[in-house]
Parts: sequence; structure tokens; C-alpha cells
Amino acid sequence: MRNWGLSLILLLSAGLAQATAMGDADAWHLLTRTGFAPNPQELANYAGLSRTEAVDRLLTNPSQQAVTPVPADLEAYMPRPEHFKDLSPDEKKQFRRQQARRNLELEAWWMQEMMVTPAPLTEHMTMFWHNHFVSSSQKVKSAQLMLRQNELLRRYALGNFGDMLHAMAKDPAMILYLDTQQNRKGQPNENFAREVMELFTLGIGHYSEQDVKEAARAYTGWSVDRTTGAFINRPGQHDNGIKTVLGQSGDFNGDDVLNILLEQPATAEWITRKLWRELISTDPDPLTIKRDAAIFRRHYEIRPLLRALLLSDAFWSDKNRGNLVKSPVELIVGSVRQLQIHPDPRALAIASRQLGQNVLAPPNVKGWPGGDAWINSTTLLLRKQFLDRITRGQEMPIPQKLLPDGAPEDATSFACDPEAWLSRLTPGSPQQRRAVQTGLLAVAPVDAISDNLPAAEYLHALLLDPAYQLK
Amino acid sequence: MLRRDFLKALGCIPLMTGIPGLAIAGTADYRYQNLLILIEFKGGNDGLNTVIPYADDHYYRLRPRIAIARGQVLQLDEHTGLHPALQAILPVWQAGELAIVQGVGYPEPNLSHFRSIEIWDTASDSNEYLDKGWLSQTFAQFPPPARFAAEGVSLGSEDLGPLAGGARAIVLNNADQFTRIAKLADDPSIHTGNTSLDRILDIENDIRHAASRIDGRYDFRTDFPATPFGNTLHTAAEVIASRSGVAVVRISLNGFDTHANQPATQAHLLKQFADGMIALKSALAELNRWNSSLIMTYSEFGRRPQDNDGNGTDHGTAAAHFVMGGRVRGGLYGKAPDLDQLENGNLVHAVDYRSLYITAAEKWWRLPAKKLMGGRFDSLNIIRT
Repeated sequence: MRNWGLSLILLLSAGLAQATAMGDADAWHLLTRTGFAPNPQELANYAGLSRTEAVDRLLTNPSQQAVTPVPADLEAYMPRPEHFKDLSPDEKKQFRRQQARRNLELEAWWMQEMMVTPAPLTEHMTMFWHNHFVSSSQKVKSAQLMLRQNELLRRYALGNFGDMLHAMAKDPAMILYLDTQQNRKGQPNENFAREVMELFTLGIGHYSEQDVKEAARAYTGWSVDRTTGAFINRPGQHDNGIKTVLGQSGDFNGDDVLNILLEQPATAEWITRKLWRELISTDPDPLTIKRDAAIFRRHYEIRPLLRALLLSDAFWSDKNRGNLVKSPVELIVGSVRQLQIHPDPRALAIASRQLGQNVLAPPNVKGWPGGDAWINSTTLLLRKQFLDRITRGQEMPIPQKLLPDGAPEDATSFACDPEAWLSRLTPGSPQQRRAVQTGLLAVAPVDAISDNLPAAEYLHALLLDPAYQLK
Repeated sequence: MLRRDFLKALGCIPLMTGIPGLAIAGTADYRYQNLLILIEFKGGNDGLNTVIPYADDHYYRLRPRIAIARGQVLQLDEHTGLHPALQAILPVWQAGELAIVQGVGYPEPNLSHFRSIEIWDTASDSNEYLDKGWLSQTFAQFPPPARFAAEGVSLGSEDLGPLAGGARAIVLNNADQFTRIAKLADDPSIHTGNTSLDRILDIENDIRHAASRIDGRYDFRTDFPATPFGNTLHTAAEVIASRSGVAVVRISLNGFDTHANQPATQAHLLKQFADGMIALKSALAELNRWNSSLIMTYSEFGRRPQDNDGNGTDHGTAAAHFVMGGRVRGGLYGKAPDLDQLENGNLVHAVDYRSLYITAAEKWWRLPAKKLMGGRFDSLNIIRT
């Protein structure tokens, strides 16, 4: 009797799991929001799971390292010559060219990683944190330091936010980006002190100008070793006086102030709200934010917070499907992953720059504003041009000035073979074409697209439809 | 959205323009014959090293590292001079077509880039949050003619700044390329209820509308500087040359956030600006538009009077701005900086930035100032009628 009851429960729960298999549309939503638009195989791997199983699978044993090998000449730190000003114009030009090439090489490395990674969530979150703890190659002027920062972001992307904050504050690229090395005892530079409160932790309105001034004194002494490019603490430049930050006083150093910032409920709420905006919609629900943030603040572990957001009713709600605009990287990487093409990643990096997202150079310390702001009349046309290229098989040239000396002009093909791609999925029946739509679009196409179009034109129409810009 | 729908409805029923009740379209034409060109110094330009109080000892006391030596200042009178990199615009000053407004800012200044530019873009008070740019607000009340290629064109920036939130505006990099690839834009006439999708559809419409009216290439005799900013100005001039018209062109020049090593960076930027303005003036003269163009600079804030140890300056408050054009009454306006009357180490503003906006609206476009920005601001008398 007892055994029978147990079997019944097992039978029921098996039936229940089957009943809650989420299907293609849900799987597309989850995978696109947390990573990149999936290819048919990835979609099939998740469509049979329940929502909970799928979220847990995504969050289990997250990758912390890239699978793409780092190009050899990005490993070693190459400082800017000490007397750069005294170099001849030719030498300066040469140095800048080399820098530009290394930047492109690093951008291409990241693009390649995003294109091939078995862990799209890790790359998606690395980009999220890069856009939170912003640094730009334009100011840091060292591809190696940007690479080290990128590796650091990847390591913490699904780890602990508090640890990441402390590590980023001492990250050499961040120090150079926000002038921390200029911030010395008696000669404060407020750049980092302000941005860490305004953008990285509390958000505007939760601190005073006086807090900025006092906190700046606490970070004095943090610097970068010119020869190694490593973090260095210079005690001689540290202001040992008493500082008062957010009502607490003491002989604080930088880490002490960061801990004070982490204690504030505003910090956990700021991060939770930002993640909501990334994953769900542009209008976070204040009650849910307060509740989830309160739990987040206990340990600042990122994965439980993600789990809560991804399993919320809001995440799966109909009104939050297809209501966000894809970033340039999401559009580009998602397209090549979906269509399973493998163009030269340098061309993808250049395309991303043109669409407004040079992956190493956010426009300012606030990062890319994202959402609807990605699209304006220029970027929308360039997005369509890129998609047009994919389906028409046009080549994209890589400018010679960005290639190593002596290298011939290069070009890469974006061409996918629509016939082959579609034939694997569909011999052409209307139902199968509908399945292709579900695999490519978040919402129904705006234009009426006939099922009778030839494969190439059908794919072109789907990719050029305004709905393709959404996730 | 309402006004856009109204315009669309107008477009769909062309016969309606003949109805007397809609004669307002005629007056709209008249108002926006005059072109406004906004130049944004992104990052917060250091006003004190742009328009320099070179006779003030406090200036040299506060800036031991980055002050411009008296001998290098381009002196405008016994107290005030320009940064030497601005050499190129001196002839505009001498022709009496350059107004310099000193001490432009607002009460309770905010020192965040993002919040402060939002305040400037939306013409809000320091503690007031508005979501429409000041030009979108203005055009919602007093729309430019529908036959214009666009109400506003933005160059050198991905965002629409003062044109955000409703104006029929496009962002442009290259006019020729724009008209060539515009055929990829959809021509949808529906709205879906999905706000992100509807916004994309609006942009597709704006592209179609603008592309059919922007002529692309125009052969200027003017040599534009061979810099990215020079190219941007060239594109701007091509848009202005198009027959169908535009009310506002907004151009951003980036890189003014000079916390460290300011002197070389700012000199480079100011030179680009000055050289660019001379090219733009020449191009406008070619088009016979110098007398119907008003060029105005703005920036989220000025910088701290006291320089820092890294040869730079931190975020500050009020700053000087330029207003140029064939009908500008040249000279110094506002108030020279009071360097011994600082508040928290920063300058106190003398002219509310919204007075500049109201000047453009009232004196340039002949719009009723009382109906804009709460009617709280007065025009400056810097335009010849």
C-alpha cells in the first residue's frame, strides 16, 4: 500500500514535470534575456524543462573563465612610454596605432567568446557588470589592463557583489579611469568617490556633497604601479585623519568606506532595480525590489537574487515579453549564434562599434543607457544594414589601418545560407515556418509575411522586421 | 504621442490643410524660418579657462597649475579675455556678432554629469524631474511645419538631449549614407501597444519622412577642418542646405571632463570648436543663412575654480557661454565670476540657463515667453531685430 502510494506520487510528479515543460516560447524568452538568442539546438535543450528546472540549470556551476585563448600580445603589460610627450610625432603615431590594433584585438576576443561560449549567462552578466563598473579603453589606454578587468568581471559575474565592489575599486583600469591615482592626501580628486556612490552603490539622492568630499580622503593612496600595471597602496599619500561618511566617523581607509556603502539598503535596492531593468522591464515593481533587495543585502550573493528575479511572475508575464530592445551586442551575437554562422570576430567588433556599442568603450561612467536609447534613426538603419548583409551574404571589409603592419586588406563574409539553415528546420509547411518565427522573434512580426516566400526572402523579411529588434 | 498621431492624421488627409481653421500652419512656417544651432560641450567645459578673468588675482591664486598666463590670454577688454586656442573666433567678436554670457547656471547646482545635463536638457529646476527635452516641450506647443525634414537633427551624440521625448528628430552621422540606406526602413502605419516597438515604428516613419526631404551632398566652397568635429559640422551644413528645412540642429563635442591634465585636452577641444565655428559661419554665409542662424553653446556645468593636483579640475557650477550669429548683438553679458565669493568652493550663477532658451524662443522664433518654462524667465537683449 505504502509502495503503491509512493509510486503514485512519483507518477504524478513525473506527469506534473511533463505538464510544466515550458516549450519553445518560454525557453526563447529565458535564454535570450539571460544570454543571447539561442540556436535551434539550445532551444530544444531547454524547451522540455520546467521553468524552475531551466533557471536552476542556468545557475548551476557557472563558468568563471573564458574558453577562448587570450591572444599572446595581450598578456604582457605594455606601459605608455614614460616621456610620451617627448616622443616624435611619428613615434606617437606608431604607439597610438598599436594601441588601436590591440583594442580591436581585445574586442574581437570578447566577441569570439560571446559567439562560442557554452555559458552565455556568464558573458551576459560580464557585460552587465562592465556596464555597471564602467571603464573605457579610451581613457585607460591599455588593452592589457582592460583585459585584466574583463577577466575580473567574469570571475565575479555570478559571485558576490561586495567582493566584486572591493576588487573593482582596486582594479588598475578602474583606478586610471576614475583618476584614483591622482587622489592624494591634501590634494583630493573626487572623481571615484563620487561615481562609486552615485553609480556603483547608492544611487543619486542617498548621499551629500560633503559625503563625497570626505569619502575621497579615504581612498587616498590607492594607485597603479607604472611598470607592472598592478595595484599599489602608497601609505605615504594616504590621509589618516578622521572622516565622516553617511553619519559614521573614523580614520577610514577606502575599504572601510566601501563597507559603509554596502551596509546601506539603498545599495542593494539600486543593484536589484538595475537587474530588474536588465532582465524584466523598464518599470521595476517597488515592493518586489524592496523585498528581494533586503535578502540580497544579507550576503550580496548574486545567484540567489537572479534566481528570485527569473522565477518571479513578472519575468514570465505576457506583458514583459518582447518589451526590451536588444543591445548591439545582443543583436549581433544573437544573430550569428541563431543562424550558426562564424564570421571574423574583428568584423563583429567593428559592426558593434558602428551600432553604438564599442564593447571596451562605454560613452561615459554611467555606461550605455540601453533600452530604447539604443535605437535612433542612424543606429536603426545600421542595424538593418547589418541584418541585410547577413541574409544577402555581403562581405564586410576590415580597415587596413587596424590590421598588423604589412597585412593585406581583409574582408569577412557574414553570409549565412538561408536555404540550408531553413531546410534543416523546415521542409516548408506553414506550421514549421511558424516555429521558425518563434525561434527568431519575441513578438509577432509587424509586417504581414507570407508563408509562401522563398526561404531566403522569408528569412530576410523576419530579420528586417521591426520586431526582430526586440527581446 | 498625441501630437504625432495628429500630424499623421493630417498627412493622411491632405485636403484638410485647405480648411481655414488650420491656417495656423502658415504662422508656424514663419516662426521657424530662423534656425537654432546648439553646440554642446559634453563633460562640463571649464568656463574659467575659456573666458578668463585675467585681471583677477584670485584667478591665479586658485589655479597655480593651470591658469592661462596673462600674456597668452586673448584680451577682450581690461578684465576679460579668451583662451588662446579660441583665436579663430576673434574676428566674429570684432565684427560684433559674438555675445559672451558669463555666469550661466542655476540655483542649487547639481554636480553629477548625468543629473545636471538632464536638468539642462529638460529645463527643469534642480529638484524637479521632467521627462521631455525643452525643445520637445516647445515644439509640442508650437509645432514647426510638417513639411520640414525633421524638427530637430542631432549630430555627434547618440542621445537626443533637448530633443528627447516627442520632437520629430533624427540622429545623423552622414547625410549621404543616411539617404542611401533609408530604403531599409519600414513604412508602417500602425501602432501595436508595445511601447518599445511603437517607438521603433515612429523612428522608421521619421526616417522615411526625413530621407525623402534631405538632399544629401551639397558642394560647399568652405573647407571644413579635417577632424571628426569638422566632419560633423560638414554634415550639419548639408542638412541645413536641404530645401525642406529644419528648426534645430544640435551638435555635441565630447571630452570636456578634464579631471586630469586639462591644459592640453581643453586647448585641443577649444581649437576644434573655434576652427569649426569659423567653417560653419562660412558655410552658412554661402547658403545665405548666417543672418537667420543663431549658434548657442551649452554644457552640464563649469568646473571648480580651484585646480587639482593632477593639473585638472573637478566638477563645478556656473560657466560662460557663447551666442553667435549675423543678428547677434556682440559683447559681454551676465556677470564676471566673483572668485572671492565662492559657495562650497564653486561659483554662484548670475544668469539662469533658461534665459538663454527663452531668448531663442522669444527673440528668435517669436514664441510667447509667458507660455514656456512656466513663464518665469526673461530674454536677454542680445539679438538685433
